[in-house]
This record gives sequence, C-alpha cells and structure tokens, in this order.
Amino acid sequence: MMNSSRVRRPELVCPAGNPAMLKAAVEHGADAVYLGFKDATNARNFNGLNFDERSLAQAIELAHAHGCRVFLALNTYPQAEGWAHWTAAVDRAAALGVDALILADLGLLAHARERHPELRIHLSVQGSATNHEALAFYHERYGIERAVLPRVLSLEQVAQVVRQSPVAVEVFGFGGLCVMVEGRCALSAYATGQSPNCHGACSPAKFVRWDETPQGLEARLNGFLIDRYAPEEPAGYPTLCKGRFAVGGHTYYAIEEPTSLNTLELLPRLIEIGVAAIKIEGRQRSAAYVAQVTRVWREAIDAALAAPQDFSPHPQWLAALDRVSEGASHTLGAYSRPWK
Amino acid sequence: MMKDDRFVIPPALARIVSRLPQTPPAAVLAFALDRLLFPRLPLPELDALLEQPLRIEVSDLGLRLALTLTRRGFRPLPAHVAPRLTLRATTRDFLALLRREEDADTLFFQRRLALSGDTELGLLVKNTLDAIEIELPFLPRPR
Ligand code: SF4
Repeated sequence: MMNSSRVRRPELVCPAGNPAMLKAAVEHGADAVYLGFKDATNARNFNGLNFDERSLAQAIELAHAHGCRVFLALNTYPQAEGWAHWTAAVDRAAALGVDALILADLGLLAHARERHPELRIHLSVQGSATNHEALAFYHERYGIERAVLPRVLSLEQVAQVVRQSPVAVEVFGFGGLCVMVEGRCALSAYATGQSPNCHGACSPAKFVRWDETPQGLEARLNGFLIDRYAPEEPAGYPTLCKGRFAVGGHTYYAIEEPTSLNTLELLPRLIEIGVAAIKIEGRQRSAAYVAQVTRVWREAIDAALAAPQDFSPHPQWLAALDRVSEGASHTLGAYSRPWK
Repeated sequence: MMKDDRFVIPPALARIVSRLPQTPPAAVLAFALDRLLFPRLPLPELDALLEQPLRIEVSDLGLRLALTLTRRGFRPLPAHVAPRLTLRATTRDFLALLRREEDADTLFFQRRLALSGDTELGLLVKNTLDAIEIELPFLPRPR
C-alpha cells in the first residue's frame, strides 16, 4: 500500500475554525479541511470557534461541491462523565457524512469502528503514535486508514515510519509548534488544572491575562508569569512551553522559542518519502490566515510535484508565511534533527 | 515588522479628533456596528457579550471609544466606565481586520493589535467577528 516508491501527491489539509475559514481554504486550493464541534470534544475548544450541526452540514455541502474533503477532529480524551457526550458527537458526525473522523481515544476508536464500520478513521496527532508497530496495532484493531504523526520525529524517523506503516501518514507542514509528544503534555494542567488533552485547550483563555506594565507586556497563565515583551518585541501565544523562565540565573526560552514550524524547504523530500498528506495548523486563526497560507502551500506542492529537482521555496512564499508566524520566524522543528 | 504608510491619518487631523468629546464618535461606532454586525451576531455569542463594557482604542486617531452590547444593539457608554476588554490598533489595522485581509493573531504577534482585560471575552470577540460575513461598502479601502 504505502510501501511502493511511486510518487504520490500529498493532500493539502487545511484548518477551518469557522465557515469563513472553510471557504477560504476551499477557494485557495485545499484538498481537505479539518474542523471540530463547538465543545471540548476537540483540541481547539475556544469561544466563538468551530461548528454546530447546521453549520457543519453546510460546510460539508460547500466543500464537497468543490471536491474538498472534510475531516472532523474528535481528538480529546473523554473523562468518565463525558463519555455519552463524546460518543454522541461521533454518531452526529457520522450521520452528517464527514469524510473521516480524527480520533485519539481508544474507547472512541472502538465505538466508531463498531457503530460506524463504513466510516473512515484517522488517528489524531493526540494519539501520539510515533512508530510503525503502534500504527499497525491501531490499523489491525480499529481499522484506521491514516495517522497524523506528532511533531517530534526527525525527517529520517518519519521516513522509517512511512516505509513500514500499513496506513497512510500525515505530517504537520506549517503552523504553531507543540513541542511535547502531543496528547501527553501536562504543562497547562500544572498551571491551571486543565490540560489540552481533556479540555481541548492549552492555556484556556479564562486563565490568561495580558497586562501592559511599565516593564512591558506581561502574559500570565493563572498567575504564573510566562513572558514579558519589550514594546516592539514580537509576542507569542501564552503557552508555558514558549515562555521565558529564570533557570540557573539566566532568563531565557528554557523549553521552546515562539516560532512556527515551516517545512516548505523539505517538500520534495516529504513527497519522496511518500507522506499522504501535509497538515496546516491553525484552527484558532482566521480566514485571512487560511487564505494566505493555503495559497502558498498549494503553489509550492504543485511546483514540487511538477519539478522536484528544481524546487526551492520562493522568497515570496517564505515571506508570506513568516508574516503570519508566531514570533515572525520559522523553524524546521524536530524534522531537522539527526535522530535516526 | 511591516510598515505601511499608504494609509496614515495626518497627525494634524489626529490631534483634532483626539481632543473632541469621545461620546459622539462612540455613538457613531455603535450606530455602524448596529448596521453591520448586530443583525449577524449568532445568538449564543450575543448572550455572552451582553452588557460587557468594551473599549476600542484607535491609536492613530487618539480615539478611545466605550460601548456595550444590549439586546437592542450597541450603545455608547460614558468614558469613565471601566472596560472589561480593551482592543487597540490603528485605523488601518482595524479596517484590515474587518475586511479579513489581516489575521488578528498575526497583528497581535507583531504588536499591532493590543488586547487587555478579559482574555476569554477578547477571544470571543475576535472569533465572533471572524466568523461573521460582513460587507463594508461604505468604509474606505486601506490600500
Ligand atoms: S504547553 Fe506547549 S507543548 Fe504543551 S500542549 Fe501546550 S502548546 Fe503543546
């Protein structure tokens, strides 16, 4: 299946936090969009974002009319009291006719497989599967057809997984960087008692405070000072992993810097490796962001497919992507590591 | 950081505007939002925004507009009411946001959009605005 060395055209999978973003993605050449319901069943549970049953039905109709597929993220972990709510969300998505569900929780995987055998299932990045044996297990047991790899593997490691995986592999191409093995980060829970894995939001807004002080703009998470920005200094998301902390007498980005992942220059290699899809992060952003990023990635993927040897990222592409980046710079993240 | 001087308010005009009483501009803004936004606000979002004192600061004009949302539309507030949420940007960036030419997080990262007060409310305002289809026929194009 995935093991052949034939060139495959990677699908461009774009974020849709609302109908306007979905429209922007479709218009600018997304092959698929991913979205979520308006509640804690997905990892972008923010006020005013996401879809209800009616807007989802309209979204599916619009996307399908343009040959764009719709994936629904249901990728948080239900607690005991939430079980019925989460399974109802699975059933609703199936009834509305999404093209695939993006799941992480084993119970939900089992539920979806049993109740909706015809439904396509993708393993969410929140499932944190980083090796081909894990993917083989999810495939055999739950019939997943694709897995999204966490942003913690080097390019060589991605290649190894793809080579031996029984299912298609999707990787992150651009956007905010989550440096922990996704689905297992407890930083936000340490400060607020709520983790993105169960409540659908890292640094939930109700715990975040931005204050302009004489020392600069301060970002606090439930009282913990995450960062303090000088007047013109680019700001980042108020997540603990991207804060500046005093460690051993130095104050610096002790975990990760506020930059965005951008793998544009790796495109020919990703295609050669045989990844099935490239995902753009950012359901919390806006239609303007989706339009700008989708346009660049559409052009880049088409260019890399047409002439992989001659491919190099246009400076305008990189400039457009850097403009919308957190911290206005980019990194190759783990992809550039020598790990094998 | 991007500098763009294609749409800059002349300093002399800004000086005059900032000295005018701020209630009439707030009333104008409330009127504009009633026409543009109010009929399109989705119900759950409308509920969450009700009676929250908001402040919009248009930095290049020196305007600080206080207003709130009621069941019957936007209303100006007296300038001394403490806001739950303050949004500050230039005229150009506010218009670009409404026109969906700019992304709010991008402007925020670049420090062109400042948000202070209740972050949850801020996120709700930002996401609600972005989710609504607004036509802005009578506003000047910033480019
Ligand atoms: S704190 Fe950082 S690494 Fe952890 S979930 Fe949030 S974004 Fe990801």
